[in-house]
Amino acid sequence: MSLSAKQKATVKDFFGKMSTRSDDIGAEALSRLVAVYPQTKSYFAHWKSASPGSAPVRKHGITIMGGVYDAVGKIDDLKAGLLSLSELHAFMLRVDPVNFKLLAHCMLVCMSMVFPEEFTPQVHVAVDKFLAQLALALCEKYR
Amino acid sequence: MVEWTATERTHIEAIWSKIDIDVCGPLALQRCLIVYPWTQRYFGSFGDLSTDAAIVGNPKVANHGVVALTGLRTALDHMDDIKATYATLSVLHSEKLHVDPDNFRLLCDCLTIVVAGKMGKTLRPEMQAAWQKYLSAVVSALGRQYH
Repeated sequence: MSLSAKQKATVKDFFGKMSTRSDDIGAEALSRLVAVYPQTKSYFAHWKSASPGSAPVRKHGITIMGGVYDAVGKIDDLKAGLLSLSELHAFMLRVDPVNFKLLAHCMLVCMSMVFPEEFTPQVHVAVDKFLAQLALALCEKYR
Repeated sequence: MVEWTATERTHIEAIWSKIDIDVCGPLALQRCLIVYPWTQRYFGSFGDLSTDAAIVGNPKVANHGVVALTGLRTALDHMDDIKATYATLSVLHSEKLHVDPDNFRLLCDCLTIVVAGKMGKTLRPEMQAAWQKYLSAVVSALGRQYH
């Protein structure tokens, strides 16, 4: 399910529109991940708090969204572009890949919340595909 | 049986009170058919689904969106007996309609995104958690009679 040229353009365009709110969306998305899927907190047991809205969760959500934005810039070759991030996730973080889908869903929910008019079904499918491709690239070095 | 706290029940009722089934039902089903095009396989008799515009303008899609969302709302009046409430519908979806139960989850994800668009930040994280728990319970009940 690779992205068409039109869908790549749609992704870049929407992420451009989103850029002033990207920190907020990233922070909210991770907060929602731990709220809606509490088992994901297992990856953050070393933090002071992993509850929704807490400072470490919001900060890390911003970090993750920064990574997603970086990936938008590498949309033409995500596998090569995300090689070192894949190694990090594979050998150090060892996040079960099922969680990438869960976080993607939370990101889509936040995008819809913040940009209800712009997050059309066409934007939705393009961004959903992009996040799925991103997750695949992150999994590249897992085994 | 699914256990619900009083707070969860309140959140779920609050969200349902914000949902206009005649608006959100069609929007959710249209979005599902566009974002996950393989779901169109179940709607061969619905006429033109060949473009996004055709899907959005299709009256059978809109009508069925209302039917599906009305069905999803049924659980609200039977929160302590969701499994039994959907037993007949589960048999229908399995034996007559032959719907892969994973599609229930896809439609529910699209519904959550439509609801999020309507409610904005008023859909707080703990409310989203209760809402998705509700949808998971219904999805599970709908899949229960498959064999």
